[in-house]
Amino acid sequence: MTENTHVIKSGKEKKSFGAWASDNSMWVILIGLIVIMCIATLIKGGAFFLTYTNISNIFQSEVGPGLLAMGVMFVIISKGIDLSMGSVVSLASVISGAFAQDVAYSARIFKSGLVVHGFIALIIGLAVGCIVGLINGSLVAYTKIHPFIATLGTMSAGRGFALLFTQGNPVSQLNKDFTQFGATNYLGGKLHSNVLIFILIALIAWFILNQTRFGRNIYAIGGNQEAARVAGVKVEKNLVAIYAWCGTMCGLAAVLTAGRTGSANPTLGLNWELDGIAAATIGGISQNGGVGKVSGCIAGILILGILKSALIYLGVSSYYQEIVKGIIIVVAVVLDNRKMMGKQA
Amino acid sequence: MGEYVLEMLNVSKAFPGVQALDGVTLRVRPGSVHALMGENGAGKSTLMKCLIGINSMDEGTIILRGEEVNFPDTITALNSGVSMIHQELNPIPLRSISDNLWVGREPRKGKFVLDKKKMYEDSKALLAQVGMDDDPEVLVGTLTVAKQQMIEIAKAVSYDADVIIMDEPTSSLTDSETDKLFEIIRRLRDEGKAIIYISHKMDEIFEICDEATVFRDGKYVGTDFIKNLTTESLIKMMVGRELDAMFPKIDCEIGEPILKVENLSSPGWFADVSFELHRGEILGFAGLVGAGRTEVMETIFGMREKSGGSIYKDGEELDITCPSDAIDNKIGMLTEDRRKTGIVPVSSVLDNISIANIKSYVGPAHVLNHKKMSEEAAEYGSKLSIKTPTWKTPIASLSGGNQQKVLVARWLLTDPDVLIVDEPTRGIDVGAKSEIHSIITNLAAEGKGIIMISSEMPEVMGMADRIIVMHEGRMTGIVDRKDFTQEHIMELAALPTEKVR
Repeated sequence: MTENTHVIKSGKEKKSFGAWASDNSMWVILIGLIVIMCIATLIKGGAFFLTYTNISNIFQSEVGPGLLAMGVMFVIISKGIDLSMGSVVSLASVISGAFAQDVAYSARIFKSGLVVHGFIALIIGLAVGCIVGLINGSLVAYTKIHPFIATLGTMSAGRGFALLFTQGNPVSQLNKDFTQFGATNYLGGKLHSNVLIFILIALIAWFILNQTRFGRNIYAIGGNQEAARVAGVKVEKNLVAIYAWCGTMCGLAAVLTAGRTGSANPTLGLNWELDGIAAATIGGISQNGGVGKVSGCIAGILILGILKSALIYLGVSSYYQEIVKGIIIVVAVVLDNRKMMGKQA
Repeated sequence: MGEYVLEMLNVSKAFPGVQALDGVTLRVRPGSVHALMGENGAGKSTLMKCLIGINSMDEGTIILRGEEVNFPDTITALNSGVSMIHQELNPIPLRSISDNLWVGREPRKGKFVLDKKKMYEDSKALLAQVGMDDDPEVLVGTLTVAKQQMIEIAKAVSYDADVIIMDEPTSSLTDSETDKLFEIIRRLRDEGKAIIYISHKMDEIFEICDEATVFRDGKYVGTDFIKNLTTESLIKMMVGRELDAMFPKIDCEIGEPILKVENLSSPGWFADVSFELHRGEILGFAGLVGAGRTEVMETIFGMREKSGGSIYKDGEELDITCPSDAIDNKIGMLTEDRRKTGIVPVSSVLDNISIANIKSYVGPAHVLNHKKMSEEAAEYGSKLSIKTPTWKTPIASLSGGNQQKVLVARWLLTDPDVLIVDEPTRGIDVGAKSEIHSIITNLAAEGKGIIMISSEMPEVMGMADRIIVMHEGRMTGIVDRKDFTQEHIMELAALPTEKVR
């Protein structure tokens, strides 16, 4: 080219607030939502909405779907989808729970009545999730079937295994060394163990996506799988790892939730995959692949959580929740698409 | 109607951060072929998109057959007699040719029921018009790119438009198909239609066009009859300066063999391909579209499975099963289809440069050394003078030439011993083209081995030390630089004579 006067600006540029808001529209929505809820509760004359207890409760109740969102976000960035998450939660919870019961209970499931330490049961839960993830990933990577179909299959089979394994009964009376992961309070009840674990996972997810080769590969595969392959990315191996991460997150969600509620249940996690996918989607993680940030995903989780509890707080019928959730999902994606169109013009 | 069928006056269009068009003017006569020229980013495509209603203009007037118009969408434009053949094909691969031809305006019996018979027969007639005898029931996805292109052309013709815009229509056509296209263009012209012809290929402009309008950086430079112009004067108008020699061949020492291919085969695609590549050599591959050149290279690079034969590098046999194996063995490949196998559109320029070399930046505990990665990527980006607002800009918003330079930078960063370039300058402007040519020549001068596939005869003849010619999956000859003539190479490419070696 003749002139290269306006060629390169390296390093960081200062961004205006407008640019930040357009890049992080979900955080704007979140803040707006909080402000609206605060005003609404004040008008209604109830107690102030934005209290520590409230926020902490929201966090706690959203840890399960939140972990699924952290998992499925990798999958969606790679232009895939995982419908099996809710089933994996139930399967991992009943299997790990069965190892963490008093002998009398576990004998119902294991004739020998094997009981292990809670930590080993946790590892078993993660392993169950990871294995289903590996199956999902292998199906997607090597048989080339669409991830929607592959995970639809494991979704159905996973739930079936959980019901078969427990004969439809809940696995209760879990040992304390197992429930501690999901039900320990620190700082006099101010900090909850599962919230702490969620924050840790969010940091790990951020680290993987931004600081490792694996993370860069995920974006490249989602952005253009064939181009990634030509550039030396081992697409199949990466896909397997992506689904394995997602499955492992389901396993973790299973253990924490079983711990928090005190029992594992073959119906646990029903429809959670949809909540996880919804949170990631609201958080700006595009089904077209190749884009998405952990911060956005967290905003998505919080938007759904705050919406849910705020509506309850305001005494709105729970039937409305689903309607409002549906509207928010669609609006968030419409806004996001408009932003993308603006960039490409 | 007056002298012109179409006048676009003082058209301006701004995109965020770019003034794409700045008061440009285009006047097209009926019954003539009008070349619209300029480097990539000059605003040709934007002007055409304003005309057919894909973009809306900020200012300006469009006068079609004496009446002012401003089309809100392409359908209105089509119905008013303006059709466009886009550079990027958008076929529906899993539908038949006739479905593709008539999509959105299928002939019907009554209101709902398709008239399949009429559709079939009309398709047959239309295909015959563009010199194709394929069955209209064949799925478009099974056709070659060239045939898909001809179908686009047939579709545009079928609208019976007064103004037909052709954006790089020959970029995937062979010479004989191009001749066929030119026949169609001449016939349309003689019927009184106006054709706006966008192309980077000078010889085509001089062969088919009557008049040319040149833009540069979104501004109008001038309009003149082709008979008053020369290649040099046109290029000067386009780039605003004399262009350095288009093919800056540096004579350099041809060293020892670096890559050796023996009896490489892949049933249905190619057979018995054997050659040696030396250090410092540019080995050209010529042939018609479909001769199997790309498939040979994809096999060497691990994108396809090989069924027979062996590949040696520096005397050692390689076992390459995927591109990452090839990259580990210091082989790079700039692929033919930039969109499909090149760019990761939503990712930044920086990520697009560093992706193939990312393993070099993995530090302890798998943490990427971001600083080193951005610095080196930016260094190569600057070296190739890539024009981008920032390094973080998504590559999709760059012009084709700049995208291609990003991909070249990607491979340079891996420091390959062997670089395969497949149609390295397809669809990019003259300036970027000459830059890419000199990058390739310099790489050879540094002692790397280069394999270059090109369908542009002047390019491959200007750059290569030797040319291997292929026809229908077989090598038909190896020509040394001193024996290069277009006739000789074309003969080998077109006629399956006895194997020369």
